Amino acid sequence: MSGVRVLVGTRKGAFILSSDGKRKDWDVSGPFFAGWEIYHLKGSPVDPNRIYCSQSNSWFGQTMQRSDDGGKTWEAVGNHFAYDGVPGTHQWYDGTPHPWEFKRVWHIEPSLTNPDVAYAGIEDAALFRTDDGGHTWAELSGLRKHGSGPHWQPGAGGMCLHTIVLDPSDPQRMYIAISAAGAFRTDDGGATWKPINKGLVSEFMPNPEGEVGHCVHHIAMHPSRPGVLFMQKHWDIMRSDNAGDQWHEVSGNLPTDFGFVIDVHAHEPETLYVVPIKSDREHFVPDGKLRVYRSRSGGNEWEPLTRGLPQENCYVNVLRDAMAVDRLDDCGIYFGTSGGQVYCSPDGGDTWQAIVRDLPAVLSVEVQTLA
Amino acid sequence: MSATAHIRLDLPVMLQTLAKFHGELVFELPAPASMAAVLDALELRYPSLRGTVRDLNTRQRRAYLRFFACMEDISHRALEEPLPPAVQQGREPVLVIGAVAGG
Repeated sequence: MSGVRVLVGTRKGAFILSSDGKRKDWDVSGPFFAGWEIYHLKGSPVDPNRIYCSQSNSWFGQTMQRSDDGGKTWEAVGNHFAYDGVPGTHQWYDGTPHPWEFKRVWHIEPSLTNPDVAYAGIEDAALFRTDDGGHTWAELSGLRKHGSGPHWQPGAGGMCLHTIVLDPSDPQRMYIAISAAGAFRTDDGGATWKPINKGLVSEFMPNPEGEVGHCVHHIAMHPSRPGVLFMQKHWDIMRSDNAGDQWHEVSGNLPTDFGFVIDVHAHEPETLYVVPIKSDREHFVPDGKLRVYRSRSGGNEWEPLTRGLPQENCYVNVLRDAMAVDRLDDCGIYFGTSGGQVYCSPDGGDTWQAIVRDLPAVLSVEVQTLA
Repeated sequence: MSATAHIRLDLPVMLQTLAKFHGELVFELPAPASMAAVLDALELRYPSLRGTVRDLNTRQRRAYLRFFACMEDISHRALEEPLPPAVQQGREPVLVIGAVAGG
């Protein structure tokens, strides 16, 4: 029988939540790497037993883990992320030059075709690739050496490359996003990159429509329509129908268009999910109510989804990598909160249940759909 | 001084767990041994600990860790400096201590 495996990264370890296709009864295992911050863990689409995990903390730095048995056992793999050449400087918060310094791995994106290949997005922003299952990592430095690199500036959470989206129809094309530089696309496997930020407007920037400097929080894509992208920007929900060449706003009737997560239904490319957050000063859901908003029209018209979610005295946040969808016939939606809850909707968002309620603050949620 | 240093090294439990061992480590190194030589030997024996005590890129002690030996903080000594005689002889361990944090 088919089932799902939900991979949860938290401030104090990783957890694996497993269920059959009904997604009603759950087995919870963990914590793995107890006490460590797990920014992200994600499985290979071609070998679900191969899972990569980013493990770090302030004392001991960054390590990387790999499992080849679906998360039962783990092996430390390579953790040396050395910038290509002399890294130079980017802008610091006060606008002064600041040297590029490796801090941590925010996001791992395994290849769609080869389990030994994966990409890692790091802070300070750069993109790395492994071709040997994580033992060694090499920078795709064409991104950082894009002419705008010296002008990139960190957001409050650091200057992180947090989003990597692979185009299933074109192995040479991928998208990445950096806070607070914006979105970029490569059409040649990562050798060269172009900013794709036209149409974004960020009032905090000296030029609100600048080529770079936007605080993109997350980008989502449906695999059947890889040229259509959806973005949760710092403020604003954005949509592009031409692979990021131009964006337009689809925030519509949301109560607030600040937020971090955005995702697309597995079988309905025009069905989107976001979790509005009150503001950039108050990182919690508005009105004490945890509401996922769904659009069935590719944006603009949004409906609140509340059944099974707390509707009073709730002040949690949902971070950018903390939402995922499974690929079962009745698409499941998952998200994790700063309060340690992981919620599942087995019916596309109509109803929700808490799989767990008291984990450490959730940093990331990924789901594997198992045959 | 003997030609061989017998270095005892105590690491934080989180690093012991990461490297899948438990307890104090002992290294037999050419005397006089330095902290750099101890860390080289540590990383050779336990590759998973590379980068966890000293930064992989700068090769310097990570900021939230301190090195103690013979009741002294030796964190700010050069990594290449010989360790104290009592440490060389195995009478005292080198302690790697994580900064206290919490609320």
